[in-house]
Amino acid sequence: MSDLSGLRRGQSYYEATARSRISGLLDSNSFQELLGPADRLTSPHLEPLGQPCSFNDGIIIGSGKLHGLSVLIASQEGGFMGGAVGEVHGAKLTGLLERAVNEKPAAVLLLLESGGVRLHEANAGLIAISEVIRALLSTRAAGIPVVGLIGGANGCFGGMGIVARCCDTLIINEEGRLGLSGPDVIETTMGVEEFDSNDRALVWRTVGGKHRYLLGEVQHLVEDDIEAFRATAINIIDEVQSPCLEPLERSSELQKLTLESLQQEHLDLSRRLENYGHCQDGTEIWSEMCIDDPEKLPLMDIPRFFKAVENNI
Amino acid sequence: MKIDTLLNELFPGEHSVINTDNILTGFGMTSKGEIAVMGTTDHLAIGVDTALILADFVLEVIKDRPGQPILMLVDTQGQRLSLKDELLGINGYLAHLVKCLELARQQGHQLITLVYSEAVSGGFLAFGMMADEIHTLPQGKVRVMNLPAMSRITKLPLEQLQELSSTSAIFAPGIENFIKLGGVQTVWRQPLAEQLVKVIGVETSADQRRQNGLLRQGRKLACSVAKRVNAG
Repeated sequence: MSDLSGLRRGQSYYEATARSRISGLLDSNSFQELLGPADRLTSPHLEPLGQPCSFNDGIIIGSGKLHGLSVLIASQEGGFMGGAVGEVHGAKLTGLLERAVNEKPAAVLLLLESGGVRLHEANAGLIAISEVIRALLSTRAAGIPVVGLIGGANGCFGGMGIVARCCDTLIINEEGRLGLSGPDVIETTMGVEEFDSNDRALVWRTVGGKHRYLLGEVQHLVEDDIEAFRATAINIIDEVQSPCLEPLERSSELQKLTLESLQQEHLDLSRRLENYGHCQDGTEIWSEMCIDDPEKLPLMDIPRFFKAVENNI
Repeated sequence: MKIDTLLNELFPGEHSVINTDNILTGFGMTSKGEIAVMGTTDHLAIGVDTALILADFVLEVIKDRPGQPILMLVDTQGQRLSLKDELLGINGYLAHLVKCLELARQQGHQLITLVYSEAVSGGFLAFGMMADEIHTLPQGKVRVMNLPAMSRITKLPLEQLQELSSTSAIFAPGIENFIKLGGVQTVWRQPLAEQLVKVIGVETSADQRRQNGLLRQGRKLACSVAKRVNAG
């Protein structure tokens, strides 16, 4: 177990900015930014549309230490255009993942908060996300684990929802949301009968952290506390680094893509569709999972939630 | 172009591609040997079930036909927008398809994409965009979102978007724009069988799209920014 003494506690991940998440996660004063605000690197596509720009284009990247180990880290700023991905934003992320292949850090941490493609530069954003996906999978192929963290107010949607599920493993808080099409997009396109995006309880039962954890879409559910995210990330990376473990003994969540691992994922996803494909609501799925009083899950705090589901996952 | 016509033009010899509920799977014979074929028709929206069927085909090809090139024929209106798909974690299903294609690439299968009708957003991202070779027919329609919808969501006047789209490739729909940005390589014209054979076996290494976007002056920063991060 990691030594977590003397560290800050109780800072909400959900409410924190991209930068304060980084400083809360990494060892004190270890973060070194790449292409920071002083470089004045902004999107060239926003000004012609009369939009404000940001000196980091909505993403902070760099290197640092996590429990003494070198890591590369990226943190999307939900406060700037919802963390949406444009040309520069995406290229910073792609460049960081490619740097990891050369630098061989213990891991890459991706603090994901994004609505997906930035519509103001839609074509460039879509291609950029595709480039991120390819770079991420190349990083994994080089044996470097990529850990995704989700828990900001904008959730993780669109192409970035796909990027998230390309990571080795994901950490989410209860408030975190992970999906593809945002509820508002589905409501606008298909009608309020399909998905009422103002029904916040429904939104959380569909794309929220607890449901994603129960489905197996994310591997770690934590309190909304940056320290909890840090402790979990340390445990994951310590396990990878442990010299005592043969690759096969390592947690199955951190493995290169192989035919066998993807066949297993295929089986899991097929079973999920078979077992829950008829369900219309998260509570129906939890009921199919034989969880007692599924309608009570959304109100439980994290310890009580784990107790309630411990026999079902 | 009708899918049957397209398949006959790509594979004048023979092919065994079947269309099951608008999902294409099978094999086609070219002068450079047999290749695997997968794709969609009728602007199919990609849902969790679609992604599983396509991923299943990719895994079968990896297992049974080592190194065989895979051609993806793209006609999709994007991801399926539904509560049920989101409830099941559709992003995980699309990521699964993406990972299967990446494994195929890593195991030596060349990935070729031909957009022959619509290629929209998440649906395109989940398979066609994973290829090393991405081409289109002249009638291909690549986009993230049409301008009126974009105007509604960004709250920018439609006239302004229309005016800017005449000078910028960055947000408006169209294959010319995606070619300029490096997201699509070329437009295939007749005879299609020849065009296909020409790209089969072409050596590809890393993702070339940034370099092409720079060469074509459509995406001038992506290449240098990624390089600065990598070297900095």
